[in-house]
Amino acid sequence: MGNNLLFFVFAVVVVGTALGMALSRNAIYSALFLVLNFASVAILYVQLGAPFIAMAQVTVYAGAIMVLFLFVIMLLGAEQLAETEALPGQRVTALLLGTAFIVGATVVIVLQAGPTTPLPAPAGNFASPMDVGTTLFTKYTLPFEVTSAILLVAMIGAIVLTRSDKPREKGTPAAGKE
Amino acid sequence: MAPLYYYLGLSVVMFSIGILGVLLRRNAIVVFMSLELMFNAANLAFIAFSRFYQSLNGQMFVFFVMTVAAAEVAVGLALMVTIFRTKRSIDVDQLNSMKG
Repeated sequence: MGNNLLFFVFAVVVVGTALGMALSRNAIYSALFLVLNFASVAILYVQLGAPFIAMAQVTVYAGAIMVLFLFVIMLLGAEQLAETEALPGQRVTALLLGTAFIVGATVVIVLQAGPTTPLPAPAGNFASPMDVGTTLFTKYTLPFEVTSAILLVAMIGAIVLTRSDKPREKGTPAAGKE
Repeated sequence: MAPLYYYLGLSVVMFSIGILGVLLRRNAIVVFMSLELMFNAANLAFIAFSRFYQSLNGQMFVFFVMTVAAAEVAVGLALMVTIFRTKRSIDVDQLNSMKG
């Protein structure tokens, strides 16, 4: 139990911030809760012997992606929405089904618990950045290259989607409504 | 070091909270953040198994999930900006017609 203290502390933080994210009325608070959630999960990654992934999590997720989220929330001014329920009973059904999923998955994990011994200690320089880099550029070269194509397509797609269609007319001031 | 299934249990709880967020919230941006939470839950399970089997393949998979998630967020948020321009709202309940 004493050895697991770190895990339990961060598990509580992870679950608490996830609930805070899902239940906050204000989308800004949701985003900030999610940043804290990503940071705590990154600490769990370090504990699991994945320092490279933990650093990528902090820089890519908690840094870049969440900044993008906050930027769009503030750009749209969409912090809060009116409370409406278009489908009657949808909330109750969602809660029931979500709870059923938690119970089902927990039962499966408990029944199939497998070894209850602590995780084995990592061998030598397992998952050191050099190790990760070697694997990435030897065994996973093709997926790595495909990733660059995906990122390029996403970038072009984002630019095309957010471009305003109407060309500015001559003589009108540059500050358009959109 | 905690046993493997502690991490899997935490992953299940995170994934379920993500599902509830997607199903319960109206704000499309919060729905999107819940999706990210579910990605994260899957990543945690990958990393835990990677440690359990002492294999780097799980960590590589997490790396690729992260890049695809980044691409998805860029396109998704661009879509949201476009939807907001035409409908003046990102309430998912109001996106019920094909014609803008």
